[in-house]
Amino acid sequence: MRVTDIKAVAELAKSAGIMTVVDNTFLTPYFQRPLEQGAEVVIHSGTKYLGGHNDTLAGFLVVKNENLAEELKLLQMSSGAILAPFDSWLMLRGIKTLGVRMEKCQRNAVAIAHWLKNHPKVEKVFYVGLPEHEAYAISRKQAAGSGGMISFTVKDAEIVKRILGRVRLISFAESLGGVESLITYPLVQTHSAMPKDILERLGVNDRLLRLSVGIEAVEDLIEDLEQAMG
Amino acid sequence: MKFGTRLIHNGNEIDKHTGALSIPIYQTSTFHQADIDNPPLYDYSRSGNPTRAALEQAIALLEGGIKGFAFSSGMAATSSALSLFKSGDHVLVCEDVYGGTYRICNGYFKRFNLETSIIDAADPGEFKRKIKKNTKGIFLETPSNPLLKITDLRGMAGIAKENGLLVLVDNTFMSPYLQRPLELGADVVIHSATKFIGGHSDVVGGLAVVKDENLGRQIYSVQNSFGAILGPQDSWLLLRGLKTLKVRMDFQQKSAQRLAEWLVGHEKINRIFYPGLAGHTGKDVHFAQADGAGAVLSFQTRDVDTARRFMKKVRLAAVAVSLGGVETIVSYPVKMSHAAMPAEERARLGIFDTLIRVSVGLEETEDLITDFATALQE
Repeated sequence: MRVTDIKAVAELAKSAGIMTVVDNTFLTPYFQRPLEQGAEVVIHSGTKYLGGHNDTLAGFLVVKNENLAEELKLLQMSSGAILAPFDSWLMLRGIKTLGVRMEKCQRNAVAIAHWLKNHPKVEKVFYVGLPEHEAYAISRKQAAGSGGMISFTVKDAEIVKRILGRVRLISFAESLGGVESLITYPLVQTHSAMPKDILERLGVNDRLLRLSVGIEAVEDLIEDLEQAMG
Repeated sequence: MKFGTRLIHNGNEIDKHTGALSIPIYQTSTFHQADIDNPPLYDYSRSGNPTRAALEQAIALLEGGIKGFAFSSGMAATSSALSLFKSGDHVLVCEDVYGGTYRICNGYFKRFNLETSIIDAADPGEFKRKIKKNTKGIFLETPSNPLLKITDLRGMAGIAKENGLLVLVDNTFMSPYLQRPLELGADVVIHSATKFIGGHSDVVGGLAVVKDENLGRQIYSVQNSFGAILGPQDSWLLLRGLKTLKVRMDFQQKSAQRLAEWLVGHEKINRIFYPGLAGHTGKDVHFAQADGAGAVLSFQTRDVDTARRFMKKVRLAAVAVSLGGVETIVSYPVKMSHAAMPAEERARLGIFDTLIRVSVGLEETEDLITDFATALQE
């Protein structure tokens, strides 16, 4: 949950003639619009918050420049990696509830982040909505919210196994951004394709868990985490 | 088991959980993992989805391969298969290949420094002459689009093998019912499943099949990392279409043969291209490698005005890009499928502005003939 100052990087990139491409999947346009901060291309895994229901795979690109749009249109048409009408429709349907979902996910995430912070088995909580997050100020400046994604490390790897084996409401599954809360073990799931030295440098270790907070009642989610941590 | 039976009974006919005769549409992005030490069969739908897997397994079986892959379009299948090559490699491409394949070779892949050369695949001598040190593969399509030129798949695959080249064949026009390139020596067979496999002009999809485990792993890695995958809904539509492939193709092919024979005697027609006609170049080669002439034909009108008039006056047939559907579709290659090709290249290949391509559908042949006769009249 590191935060990059989009405006600063985009300005630096522009002065060096480099194109800035931003993956905006975690915050969605509801909370953050990188094109307004100087990015040239915004990318989404539409599978996540935009679709929002863990039922469709999709990706999006948005640009603000005509030439770039034409170039991408040609690449889309010739490589043929397109989104089908039914899935496009599911995305449109999902987007209609983006606002209410993001607000609820975020409210739940704030409550869970505070609860985790005070849990004796938790070592560290990474959530941009916590004032002690190293980039809280930058995040406030460029985004209208902190979203529903939390990572945290527990004090030893055994606790990870216990949590993953015992959560009931929260599903142990890859992906994020749906109405259901999901818990992921980045080391073996999302980041398993990365080399070990990079993982270490990034702090992705065997005690790190990632939580995609859904829109369930937050009391139930906390109760589930409580019983799972034991 | 015969092909027509395998279309219906290919391992997906009864759902294990409910007994349903049609595979469920698993409209999900992810899957709950019950045990962190034992990864489940499916963990994320980009990497694998049960509905897509059913289609992939079916097409592998029908093409005589071991592993199938479903993509978001025929071009996604082609570009993913071409991604088996790397920067600096050289690939030979048969000259009247589908316009989209031509475009991706000369645009998209050129950016990444994959070199391609066009060859006349009907000429084995030219093929041998054009092989260079960095040549790694050959991309074929037979019968070709839109002139139905025939390539000797066994012969070309033989030369390719001697030179260590990978053979990729676009089998869209024939479908596995009429031609199975893997059995003739090809390494990768590619489909725009949008066409005869789907068969209803209602879904866009692509397929690739291989017969070698190692190659299968490589294409899987491209599919999983590039992510141009086919969604569950569209996978299900293709599975549904596949069931009637044989009955559709049998009827459409018979109708195409009659239509071609009718066109032969027509005063406004200069030339007809259809492998089912006596005198079609490569006819013998075609029937040595395929079980039928297919349902696509093209013809040249006497002059441009006739062609343009035909396109305007034809009523039963849809004027559209695409082919292989239950509806008869007529298209005008210079403005449609081959618009991406430079005019001089088109002229060299014989894709003139008098050329019309017909994909014969399931309408009664007599009605099509009446419609065509009217549209050709002044």
